[in-house]
Amino acid sequence: MSDCHSPMPITNGGKQEQAFIGLKTIALAGQPNMGKSTLFNLLTGLNQHVGNWPGKTVEQRSGVFSFNGSQFNLIDLPGTYSLTANSPEEVIAREYILREKPSAVIAVVSAANLERSLYLVSELVGLPVPVVLALNMMDVAEHEGVRVDPIALEHELNIPVVAITATKAQGVKELMHVTIEMMTSPKRCAGMSPKLPLEIVNEQVAIQEILVGHLPEIYPIEWAALKLLEGDVEITRLAKSVLSEDAWQELHKILARNDSAMVQIASSRYEWIGKIIRAAVMRPKVGQIGVTERLDRVATHPVWGLVLLALILGFVFWLTFTIGAPLQKWLEANVVVKSAEWVKEILSDAPAWLSGLLADGVVKGVGSVITFLPILIIFFSSFGFLEDIGYLARAAYVMDNIMHMMGLHGKSFLPLFLGFGCNVPAVMGTRVIDSWPARLLTILIAPLIPCTARMAVVAFLAPAFFGSNAIFVSWGLVLLSLVLLVVMGVLLNKLIFKGERSAFIMEMPLYHIPNSRTVGLLVWQRSLSFIKKAGTVILTVSALIWALSYFPGGELNTSYLSQAGKFLEPAGKFLGFDWRMTVALLTSFPAKENAIATLGVLFGGSSDAGLTQMLAATYSPASALSFLVVTMLFIPCMATIAVIKQETGSWKWPLVSIGMYLVLSISAGALVYHLALAMGG
Amino acid sequence: MLKASDQKKLSQIHEGEKVTINSLHEGNELNRRLTSLGFTPGVDIEIMQNFGRGPMIVKVRGTKVAIGRGEAEKIKVDRWKNE
Repeated sequence: MSDCHSPMPITNGGKQEQAFIGLKTIALAGQPNMGKSTLFNLLTGLNQHVGNWPGKTVEQRSGVFSFNGSQFNLIDLPGTYSLTANSPEEVIAREYILREKPSAVIAVVSAANLERSLYLVSELVGLPVPVVLALNMMDVAEHEGVRVDPIALEHELNIPVVAITATKAQGVKELMHVTIEMMTSPKRCAGMSPKLPLEIVNEQVAIQEILVGHLPEIYPIEWAALKLLEGDVEITRLAKSVLSEDAWQELHKILARNDSAMVQIASSRYEWIGKIIRAAVMRPKVGQIGVTERLDRVATHPVWGLVLLALILGFVFWLTFTIGAPLQKWLEANVVVKSAEWVKEILSDAPAWLSGLLADGVVKGVGSVITFLPILIIFFSSFGFLEDIGYLARAAYVMDNIMHMMGLHGKSFLPLFLGFGCNVPAVMGTRVIDSWPARLLTILIAPLIPCTARMAVVAFLAPAFFGSNAIFVSWGLVLLSLVLLVVMGVLLNKLIFKGERSAFIMEMPLYHIPNSRTVGLLVWQRSLSFIKKAGTVILTVSALIWALSYFPGGELNTSYLSQAGKFLEPAGKFLGFDWRMTVALLTSFPAKENAIATLGVLFGGSSDAGLTQMLAATYSPASALSFLVVTMLFIPCMATIAVIKQETGSWKWPLVSIGMYLVLSISAGALVYHLALAMGG
Repeated sequence: MLKASDQKKLSQIHEGEKVTINSLHEGNELNRRLTSLGFTPGVDIEIMQNFGRGPMIVKVRGTKVAIGRGEAEKIKVDRWKNE
């Protein structure tokens, strides 16, 4: 394994979005849960680049590996069950193969579940690309009592087959050897394709006659004709755009009389697979109860499943509070504050604004990124671990009923839950949701989950304002957020997504032992991408807010920010705010917990205890309640906005989010303020 | 001897029972997703979990698949009867 890759000289900081020019490219294809990522990580190690596929919000992973002194590009195609345009992933996978023409495709299948995993292969062998079959999970198959004969499989498929166990790095050298040999001597290329029923073949030929000479060269005409019969949305659109009106009508007529062709084609693929399985697989006994069955009796039970989920999530929270939060505080005190002091010391002769900008703007901005990391890492590793062992699908299953109310799937639950720690991993965690509308909806409502930073503000201010009633106020605020989460979910689903809910069909993978490399790399990549992409936005905004709170006079009290607060005072009155509350709210954008610090400065930099008393003396309960409500529901913090931009790939959705929460928080605040006034508060 | 008869919706089948898919009745989009996960007419499936509400779990071609109740209602199955 270690000699499968050697350190790669990444000369320009790994900036390449695509492939290294001049190197031959091998693509990895496979269905989800086949161990494709494990193989990819094994081959590339840290020599991999994670980005997005051009113009898509689907993650693209590419890397470089060395074998016997030569280097190759490796592209990890998205995990897909088929190559028909069901989702962006499927379109990406096949377009990549057709357009970029990799030197070879390694199709990763599971020996423990050959029947279904060969479905993708039945489509791959129809494409003009050499395919090697990586027969993975030989150990799992053996454990389940399934024996697969690679030689018989090779004979049936007429493509090279190599048995591997990626988790133990077994057979991988052999796999690469066979792949590279096939690339250099293309004597074996054409795999056996599934035989289709005669009536389908006849229609396919008829369609080919219409298409000939019209399609872009990259699409093999037989393949395109078959995809049209399968009702493929993308190819149908393409055909409509390139054909004349008459030709399209003729094609449409053929397709209309073949609306059941798709099921027939799928059936004949499975028939083809069935024949291969009979030749290559021995399954001595059926009906034995495996580990997965036994675990699932609890994990997918409508009651015990929820209990188990609650316990697991409780544990994640416990980790966050016992390890993450103290570490965060430690980093804040020992790294961020010390660095800021150090910068000030070095720049003691420089103009005050310069040392202020660097120490309080830049260093604190960088600091807020760094202090995020402990909690992010805990969440990413818990999430990655649960995904890798196969539990995530069970959690989604038991939560499906509840999430259904919002037009969402169970799959949206875990990302939302992560939001209680921090909204950043919540937004990044939505990658597990396969339908784009559901993912977008989850991203939009995720900031309604009260994160730890907002809870810290509430925990400080509620006792200051309400004394012994603070606990009820805090509970009320959390409840309000959650009720609004459901309301906004239902509303947005009706308004934007017209109540559509994509079908809930989800594989429940076998449980397996987690692979530390897979989880580790996931945590590493997610954290890195947060630092790189969100970090720049956070740094800029942090410096900007600092400048606004410093200039022109060098004091917060007279700064542009305070002037803005005073300018907005008439508007703030509607919410029961004075200018100080408005300023505190504005400074909560870089980080929610800033609200307390700002109030501290504006009330004369007094101690926490002094501040508590002054706040209680200054504000009426109605104003205080309104301030807490607005703070809870205010626009997401800039780190969240930055990752919304990163995950949705445009500024449209972060702006929608900002607008939405601005309106929501101000209306809720105004409502609460006037209600409280009316009730005599 | 097992013989197929007695057509039902997949959502109506109890846990532990084995049935054969008779037909998928829906728009192309759902069917494409179903077929790529192994659901085709004629295939035998086992109901692993069905509590009468919410999603259910079935085993098809060796894979456990969770399927929403709405989706399961659109799949017609033949129950097996002992003759």
